[in-house]
Amino acid sequence: MISDLADLYQEIIVDHGKRPRNLRVIDVANRTAEGFNPLCGDRVRVYVQVDGERLADISFTGSGCAICTASASLMTQFLKDRDETAAHETFEQFIAVVTGQTDDEDTLTALGKLAALAGVRKYPVRVKCATLPWHTLEAALQDTDNVVSTE
Amino acid sequence: MPVTDPTRPDAPPATLDVARVRAEFPILAETINGRPLAYLDNAATGQKPRATIDAVRRYYETTNANVHRGVHSLSVAATDAYEGARDRVRRFLGAADIREIIFTRGTTESINLVAQAYGRPRLGPGDEILITHLEHHSNIVPWQLLCEQTGATLRVLPIDDRGALVVDRLDDLLTERTRIVAVGHVSNALGTVNPIDAIIERARAAGAVTVIDGAQAAPHGPVDVQELGCDFYALSAHKMFGPTGVGVLYGRRDLLEAMPPYQGGGEMIKSVTFDGTVYNALPHKFEAGTPNIAGVVGLGATIEYLESLGWDAIEAHERHLLDDATEKLGTLPGVRLIGTAPEKIAVVSFVVEGIHPHDVGTILDHEGVAIRTGHHCAQPVMDFFDVPATARASFALYNTTDEIDALVQGLQRVMEVFG
Ligand SMILES: Cc1ncc(COP(=O)(O)O)c(C=O)c1O
Repeated sequence: MISDLADLYQEIIVDHGKRPRNLRVIDVANRTAEGFNPLCGDRVRVYVQVDGERLADISFTGSGCAICTASASLMTQFLKDRDETAAHETFEQFIAVVTGQTDDEDTLTALGKLAALAGVRKYPVRVKCATLPWHTLEAALQDTDNVVSTE
Repeated sequence: MPVTDPTRPDAPPATLDVARVRAEFPILAETINGRPLAYLDNAATGQKPRATIDAVRRYYETTNANVHRGVHSLSVAATDAYEGARDRVRRFLGAADIREIIFTRGTTESINLVAQAYGRPRLGPGDEILITHLEHHSNIVPWQLLCEQTGATLRVLPIDDRGALVVDRLDDLLTERTRIVAVGHVSNALGTVNPIDAIIERARAAGAVTVIDGAQAAPHGPVDVQELGCDFYALSAHKMFGPTGVGVLYGRRDLLEAMPPYQGGGEMIKSVTFDGTVYNALPHKFEAGTPNIAGVVGLGATIEYLESLGWDAIEAHERHLLDDATEKLGTLPGVRLIGTAPEKIAVVSFVVEGIHPHDVGTILDHEGVAIRTGHHCAQPVMDFFDVPATARASFALYNTTDEIDALVQGLQRVMEVFG
């Protein structure tokens, strides 16, 4: 049990939770959406500046728990300069891993630092904290500037 | 050992034998993640004593039948058990008349009943409903719905930075337009005990009807609705260690008599023809359909058990827990208490500097400590204190100072993880 907790709050998650990267507004963003988890009050807004197929810049604002903040921070780092198709593919892989649908080594390797969030699968009530930024990104890329809710 | 008052040999003990009380609540023996459970989420729901569990089981094993409709012996026994519980609730609330006690599904349904059956036919544009900034969503949303339906306006009595109501503002918020004043007796988010006697008095003088949300008060002691002078009082059995799915609405008889039914169906009618229906007398007029009979019987047994412990002894113990928790958490570096009103029940809401309440809750759970994290169905309170959520430890008669120590140790662990 204690090791589950260490798994959940890995150093990289605590670090990104406390010092999130890309926590800023992109004034020239052409895609944005807001996500909200009514259960715990997590709220994120994701900004993307899409240049052709490429995510030229990606950032977020908002307040949430360490898991949510770290997930958003790691997501923006990972996806910057990738193209939209790759972003969508990563979204699917990430969701599969954190919801415990796959343990596949190749998938975990492909996710790189994002795999640190896999520990959340042992905490069903916390999975939504990790997925909220990603669902918000999907909404932004689909250009539906609606509020995404986890409930 | 509990101390008994020698001048009143039949009186309940003056102190609470907490070890003995704990032994009466089977769930408290559970372990969570290998640690003894410290259940500090009592404002969400209370745990159930053996007396309650046994009463429900015994009811199903020996008495189960439908109420108020059969001539056979079991139906009579079931009706007696159900109505016996109603009388016990009547005494708990200090009501004069058993017809003033209506069983519902919970506080939420009780408040909706008042909004729809009392408010909807009577209110219109220009009328006002006054609530407070401390209310639980279930004492906000039914009034918002009523405002939408009738064109009435919702007004809100503010709070100060301790989380206490600014009662002086009644001077301008309570007017001849105010038709309903709906106030929580005790705040679930912060533990503030509101001065409802003063508010009721003012509201009555202004000609408004008063609705008291007693969900968080009932677990801590009986009330006297006649002394308070309120028109309606709502509570939930599950918060006061009774079964889930049962609530109570006390309503002043003349008001209830004048109100149309809330729901239609069986039980609430005297006679039905296709030309029309004659409604049943109180309280049955408001109890359409087969009620939660076993739950109501369980509530009666719960109140009986609590009374046997003595409310004064319970109150003294809970005060001790509140003082201990306030002192220990209040002096813990990095912890900020939210809600420091002078009058409180044993609820301590707090935030840990730089750490989200959700992370606090997950780590505490590892230590076996169950607290609530979130907005506690009181988002306006969170907005007031400018926090998205708080962590909340809420205590009951069976909690101990050892459990408060477990909470403190858990919080130290939280700070280690986020070091
Ligand atoms: C102050 C207050 N009012 C109302 C309610 C609603 O009670 P229930 O969900 O049992 O209807 C609660 C419970 O969360 C509460 O704490």
